[in-house]
Amino acid sequence: MGRLVVVGAGMAAARLVARLLELDAPWRITLVGEEPALCYNRVLLSSLLAGQCQRSDLALLTPRQLDRVECLAGARAVALDLARRTLSLADGRRLSWDRLVLATGARTRRPEIPGAAAAGVLAFRTLEDLDALRAGVAGGAPAVVVGGGLLGLEAAAGLAALGAAVTVVHRRPHPMNRQLDAPAGELLRSRLAERGIAFRTGTPLRIAGRGGRAAAVELADGARLPARWVVWATGIEPAAELARSAGLPCGRGVRVDGFLATAASGVYALGECCELDGQTFGLVAPVYRQAEVLAARLAGRAVAPFRPRAEATRLKIAGIDLFSVGTPPGAGEAVSDLCVCDPARGVYRRLAFQGGRLAAAIFLGDLSGAARCEALLASGEPAGAAGEALLFGIAA
Amino acid sequence: MAATVATTCPYCGVGCGVLARGEGARVAAVSGDPAHPANRGRLCVKGKSLAETTELAGRLLAPRVPGREVSWEEALDAVAQGFGRALAEHGPDSVAFYLSGQLLTEDYYAANKLAKGFLGTANVDTNSRLCMASATVAHQRAFGEDLVPGCYEDLELADLVVIVGSNTAWNHPVVYQRLAAARAARPEMRIVVVDPRRTATCELADLHLQIRAGTDAFLFAGLFRHLVESDAWDRRFVAEHTTGFEAALAALAGLDLARLHERLGVPAEALDTFFSWFAARERTVTLYSQGINQSGSGADRASLIINCHLLTGRIGRPGATPFSITGQPNAMGGREVGGLATQLAAHMDFAPENVDRVGRFWGAARVAERPGLKAVELFEAVRAGKIRALWILATNPAVSLPEADRVREALAACPLVVVSDCVADTDTARLAHILLPAAAWGEKNGTVTNSERTISRCRGAVPPPGEARPDWWMLAQVARRLGHGRAFDWRHPAEIFREHAALSAFENGGERVFNLEGLADLDRAAYDALAPVQWPVTRATPQGTRRLFADGRFPTPDGRARFHPVAPTGPCQRLDHRFPWVLNTGRLRDQWHTMTRTGRAPRLLRHRDRPELSIHPEDAARQGLREGDLVRLESATGSALLPVRLDGGVRPGELFAPMHWSGPTAPTARVNALVAAVTDPFSGQPESKFVPVRLRREPAAWWVLVASREPLPEPQLDFWVRGPLVGGFRLLGAALAPAAVPAEAWLEALAEGVAEDSPLVYRHPAAGHYRLAIRRAGRLALVAFAAPKPGELPESAALESLLALPEVDWRVLSGRVGTDPGRLVCTCFEVGERAIRAAVAGGCRTPEALGEQLRCGTNCGSCLPELRALLAAASPNP
Repeated sequence: MGRLVVVGAGMAAARLVARLLELDAPWRITLVGEEPALCYNRVLLSSLLAGQCQRSDLALLTPRQLDRVECLAGARAVALDLARRTLSLADGRRLSWDRLVLATGARTRRPEIPGAAAAGVLAFRTLEDLDALRAGVAGGAPAVVVGGGLLGLEAAAGLAALGAAVTVVHRRPHPMNRQLDAPAGELLRSRLAERGIAFRTGTPLRIAGRGGRAAAVELADGARLPARWVVWATGIEPAAELARSAGLPCGRGVRVDGFLATAASGVYALGECCELDGQTFGLVAPVYRQAEVLAARLAGRAVAPFRPRAEATRLKIAGIDLFSVGTPPGAGEAVSDLCVCDPARGVYRRLAFQGGRLAAAIFLGDLSGAARCEALLASGEPAGAAGEALLFGIAA
Repeated sequence: MAATVATTCPYCGVGCGVLARGEGARVAAVSGDPAHPANRGRLCVKGKSLAETTELAGRLLAPRVPGREVSWEEALDAVAQGFGRALAEHGPDSVAFYLSGQLLTEDYYAANKLAKGFLGTANVDTNSRLCMASATVAHQRAFGEDLVPGCYEDLELADLVVIVGSNTAWNHPVVYQRLAAARAARPEMRIVVVDPRRTATCELADLHLQIRAGTDAFLFAGLFRHLVESDAWDRRFVAEHTTGFEAALAALAGLDLARLHERLGVPAEALDTFFSWFAARERTVTLYSQGINQSGSGADRASLIINCHLLTGRIGRPGATPFSITGQPNAMGGREVGGLATQLAAHMDFAPENVDRVGRFWGAARVAERPGLKAVELFEAVRAGKIRALWILATNPAVSLPEADRVREALAACPLVVVSDCVADTDTARLAHILLPAAAWGEKNGTVTNSERTISRCRGAVPPPGEARPDWWMLAQVARRLGHGRAFDWRHPAEIFREHAALSAFENGGERVFNLEGLADLDRAAYDALAPVQWPVTRATPQGTRRLFADGRFPTPDGRARFHPVAPTGPCQRLDHRFPWVLNTGRLRDQWHTMTRTGRAPRLLRHRDRPELSIHPEDAARQGLREGDLVRLESATGSALLPVRLDGGVRPGELFAPMHWSGPTAPTARVNALVAAVTDPFSGQPESKFVPVRLRREPAAWWVLVASREPLPEPQLDFWVRGPLVGGFRLLGAALAPAAVPAEAWLEALAEGVAEDSPLVYRHPAAGHYRLAIRRAGRLALVAFAAPKPGELPESAALESLLALPEVDWRVLSGRVGTDPGRLVCTCFEVGERAIRAAVAGGCRTPEALGEQLRCGTNCGSCLPELRALLAAASPNP
């Protein structure tokens, strides 16, 4: 039986391994993870921080599954030799492989501004980050989250749950500008404010410290926000250094085809580290679909190639439900735009149709009917006269 | 404290007995009185909904002068001073009273006595003038007195019932139900409906003669000639009991029988069938109403009908009579009292001996000696400044009279307009100088007379609210202030009734058939206990009289009935190139007159919730009109704006619109503004059924529908109609294109000042749909829908469901909650069209089967014609 080495032990790797085991794929699997903990659910980190779930809820593989896999935790891969089919680890070990899967994920982009190295400045991406915050954040401590996207708001919600006085600093006038339009963003902003999460537009210039520890974030507009904690949530970038240094063709991520194969025979990449037709992947749903395709492929099963599609964002931030899929078209003739909103209850729902087909859906505060929208958008079927019924979540 | 009283319905002339249970200040429940001979427990949907109309909202509860409430003392003093000044400065004929078939006989009597006996004017007319004045004239011509010969039972005993100019199914539903039951028991009975419209009444018809509007006279003239020429007449009866046959026949000499069907616009065979059925059936009843009476030649048309019955001797016998059915609950009582300007009192005219007799009876020195002004003339005189003081009781002439806009102008120019009414806001009340709060149905105590001469008691189930008082009391108070206290010192309506009965018997040696001698001595207890009784009630006939003329004797000097010679004519008004369409006006199933009371019951608005112009689908197609489009109607006298309803039941070239809506409810749909003040020269009844008009489509920019928990103010819209909903109020309106404001801005303005925080909003600009809702304490306070077409707005039932929700969220803006029952068909059991269609699809094939499953049609039966129509529409052609 050949050896399959999976580099990275995040959510993509976990799903791949689980599927391979289910399919009884004829491989001896080695899982190489940089973090001390392997295969946990990163999406739940903010919930764990907020005390809404337990650490055990984060496990993605059962002990029985893990028993069938060789797990190398805290092991950082440093070099990949495609010709010899080996992988070198930081501790000097060298693993040979017959098939190799790169699932190295992504890392938080950290702006290089003065003071960024101070204590109390961190990303919010790993259990280690979480433990640091849990140990350090005290009630009322001022905290600044830089970045008002999905991750930033999750972090802010978690910090707020720990009792921190949180301010989210974002480059745009409203949060989640990639998923929400202006009215929804505005509504979300006011809902967050009700939950004690302040929001302001700005660009950090400098982190002022005191005794090597963060004390304030200074913004380009001259404002100074007190901050014992500064959390970066300014976006992610694929962790593709290993592949790149091995000579694999890379763009922002490791280039793959629809079957997640890289340019090198026997080497695959999936998850946040890969790139398909110039697109990278930050949400869990497409990553899981990639895992299904790759697992089938490695198990020798026939499978249709992975195709990117409009992915829905569906999350709950500080108790606020949010769903977004597609991109609202610009003003055009074939555009039909419906929205309903109940500002007092924080509900905003919008559907945009173009040429009779659903082009975008934004639901905030109430997600009924979201699954139908997602399916409709994925299938590309004409919506006919169902627009209003779809918006109201009732039978057409 | 709850008390149930037996009283009488205040709507149509059928005069059904009602059991009303009072609870506190209002009537809590009603049911049909099984003991009443008119209805034997049946009630139509209007009657069944009476309790819903007794809410105090909208009631006039205190005397008022513009801007303030005043005491009764102050109000009555002002009325007396105003009438006194007019009398002193301008003489008796400068004052007038406009009464109503809604008044009780005792009220009527008080007004008539005051005006004709003590103020010296016969300017006392009544809205009954609009209803059956033509029939009254025809009765007087033929019988020498205004007498309805037959009774409802005759309809059940007849072998042929001819219904002409009456949508009985909708306007006299209980009589229609009795007829339907009789026909079910005797399938050989034939029913012929003569009507330019295919109405719900046609459901029972073996033959529908859909004649051209206004050609009825030719039909009955032709029938008369046919009966003579086919020797199907009663020579003996004509010879022994009538006069004037030769002249009547001679008057018809010019009629071309062979081409009659062309003039009528009906197939020749259909006409032959009618003639042969009529010729062959001894027991024939001809039932007629407004379609005959409301004409420039209404009296002649009614005379032609009576002539046909005299010709065949079909009068005074079971199952054989001409039968004028009245629109109002007490039109008959008003006629008995003499409450028309053309009568003095108690079926006496202004002959000197009558003036003398009535003067002696009343102890009055200045009895009016000549007829007064009839309704239309009366308001023309008001406009001309000849009437200086006018008291309007219990009616709304600014809506119901022809040239209603001119009536408004007349009232606005009159120095003193007194209005006594139970409702605070009517078109007429808006023009009053003094408003007097009248007791309403459920509170009033007295008597009414129905279409078959049955006198029934009205009894109060609850005390009048606030300062409301009976009309007779107000009249007596004013009489006292004018110095006539002794003649008006009644303490109870029983005393008035006794006086009325005594007058009818006073020096009556049988010359006057109207005689209540047998009731002239009723004491208070006997009055209170009075059971329904048909007049005449004499000492010889204490149980009343079912049929008149059974002995072939008529109250004319020679004891014979008189043929009245009539050369048939069409309508007075003519179509021309400017006004090429005929507008017919009339009534809807669930509304009454100007809706001041039925318009308060939400369920009565479910059948039809808006004024609509019925037009034949082919005409509509030619005019480029679709269902719901707004049309501007114009006549020589006025204009209206209302939506279109496609109706295969009207003849091409003819239109129909209901007359119910008014300034407060739908100000552009006051259809009487279109009706010219053209009247019958004998009866003074206006020609409301033949109005030459033109029409054009008025494109709407947008429509809006609002449901609100609080009453809605009058909106800035080109067309609007408003009314109650269960749990709130409803407004439907439209802005004509180009609209002054976009729909979205109109909605926002509506929310301004009402909303406490941001309203809920729905926008779909590509479809032109905008919606807005306001929530208060979780419940819906207001919801508004705007759309380019009225068909894109929710139905009332859905709005009521929304208002009923204990908690609303954004979904309220879908306009749908749970299952929408669709248009309400059965108002009694609230069964909607959707459920009925589903049941039909599920195998129901008969109205009985539908009733079994859904209960629809099993109570009042008013919707049975529509159930049959739905069944017919669903069944495959044979």
